[in-house]
Amino acid sequence: MSTPANPFASKPSRSRSFEKVILGVFRTATYIILICGAAVFGDILLKGVPTVANAFKTTSTFPYVTNTFLFEAPESLYVFEHEGKTMEMGDKDYRAFREAEIAKAAAAGLPPPVFKSSSYVYSAGGIWPCIVGTVLLVVGSMTIALFLGVCSAIFLNEYAKDGPIVRFIRLAILNLAGVPSIVFGLFGFGLFVIYLDWNVSLLAGWFTLAFMVLPVVITASEESLKAVPKGFREGSLALGATKWQTIRKNVLPYALPGILTSSILGIARVAGETAPIMFTAAYVVRDKLPWDVEKASDFFFQGVMALPYHIYVVSSKIPQNEYTSRVQYGTAFVFLGIVALIATASIIFRNKLRSRYQW
Amino acid sequence: METSSASSTPASRAFQVPSRATDGQKAQTLIEIENFDFYYGAKQALFDINLKLDDKRVTAFIGPSGCGKSTLLRCLNRMNDLIDGTSIKRGGIKIRGVDVNARDVDSIELRKRVGMVFQKSNPFPKSIYENVIYGLRIQGETNKAKLDAVVEKSLRGAALWDEVKDRLHESGLGLSGGQQQRLCIARTIAVSPEIILMDEPCSALDPIATAKVEELIHELKKEFTIIIVTHSMQQAARCSDKTAFFYMGKLIEYADTRTIFMNPGNPQTEAYVSGRFG
Repeated sequence: MSTPANPFASKPSRSRSFEKVILGVFRTATYIILICGAAVFGDILLKGVPTVANAFKTTSTFPYVTNTFLFEAPESLYVFEHEGKTMEMGDKDYRAFREAEIAKAAAAGLPPPVFKSSSYVYSAGGIWPCIVGTVLLVVGSMTIALFLGVCSAIFLNEYAKDGPIVRFIRLAILNLAGVPSIVFGLFGFGLFVIYLDWNVSLLAGWFTLAFMVLPVVITASEESLKAVPKGFREGSLALGATKWQTIRKNVLPYALPGILTSSILGIARVAGETAPIMFTAAYVVRDKLPWDVEKASDFFFQGVMALPYHIYVVSSKIPQNEYTSRVQYGTAFVFLGIVALIATASIIFRNKLRSRYQW
Repeated sequence: METSSASSTPASRAFQVPSRATDGQKAQTLIEIENFDFYYGAKQALFDINLKLDDKRVTAFIGPSGCGKSTLLRCLNRMNDLIDGTSIKRGGIKIRGVDVNARDVDSIELRKRVGMVFQKSNPFPKSIYENVIYGLRIQGETNKAKLDAVVEKSLRGAALWDEVKDRLHESGLGLSGGQQQRLCIARTIAVSPEIILMDEPCSALDPIATAKVEELIHELKKEFTIIIVTHSMQQAARCSDKTAFFYMGKLIEYADTRTIFMNPGNPQTEAYVSGRFG
């Protein structure tokens, strides 16, 4: 007795073989992205980690160990030959060393030694002012962007009646998201730096960056507000709550995790953009730290160094060689680390909020 | 600020006048709807509604989907104000003789007196306790003892106290569907309104939960005037004193529930209550 033919046996057909091809395409595309990403991050990690790792230095005072790359201002690097050895030193160390050597020679009655050095700007010392500047820029601009963005999202979503004006505003906001960041930079330069006469300052940078991320914040805030069920609003209003009481007590708390998610994306953009700050807030080099000001109001009207701008400067304005590449990769690595750190903190905060309000 | 200015108007004072009819007495008219035309944009939803609703009674609005019964219900506490493009072209609604759409009536004050229970139970993602006192918190009540008392009284009033008294501080969303709906009722009676509007309160509930809510309605009508929109004719027959039948935005018939179901005056009503359409 023969077994009956299997009616479910696979039959080769064009659509079956195409299925395999298309799966292959999708899979390859994903892997290509993965490999590219891994290559970029791996490269920065591999070359950047030693810069930070080699910069640890013990000190005699608290906290006994410090990292010169992270916690010192940038200096020029001097490379010179001395007694047959190639030596590298930062600006201050080099000057002290040279004077000491000259004094030593004079004491011994010898002619002063000749130092033949080549110097590389920004390649010694660290990037502490840039880290501080970037953190200040991110915190300030995100505060402004969140305040303005959430307010306008509440207005558009909860108060404004749908009509041509509101639709026009929404369209304008969406278009704003597509404006290149350099245009925001020029806008900020024109409005804040020149017209309002704030000069190159933190304040000008904050507002420029805030306007750049506002579309993202507004759009995402509106989405999160929309995601709060209508029943919460109606239920609250039917109990005699005013509109603002309803929003504050029964809408905004539930929308906040979503709004924060969007602002995390905003943080990465604000921290990473060079173009908007290069005319408005960033200095190529500044030795003073931001809190080192005479009066409090000066704080807002000072320029700062910033990591992305520093990366731009060290990678395009100075020669590429073994001495400069350390600071280039080191800065990029620290920058990635800081963005990751801020984002992680926001995600933890968001998840905390989210677990408080579940529906 | 709104509260203080509004409470001085004649309209809001009128809502606070306690003139509670006792059972057995002849019912008094509480709500008068006169020549009421209502529009969503250009589309007319209600046509010339004339209706007098009794104090301390249960009135049911029945009719097929889209007949305007929910729309009329939402006009009673001006929830339709929240929908863009709605308008009242003619007529009005009077509660204790005060036109609810008058200039000096504040919709916030109105809604404190005219509570609403929705089709889809909508407990807030807060604890049971916080859900019940939401309305009082909004009004700024902070006295813990008073809040506790209101929570117990309201939950007892909504026949939910025994089921939840040990977990008042757990989320209201952890309750079953029927419990959630009774929680919403408790939340509504916590602000001690005069009128409770119920928009198909049982349409998402199973028969046992429905029975509990209907029992509750019987209890509540001692203290509140209840207007219930329902798709279930059995429900209208079981728990209402008077029934209004709507069709295509018009009030077809309004009479004692018994009359509507046993001896309807209008052939359309008869067709609907006997299940021939709708």
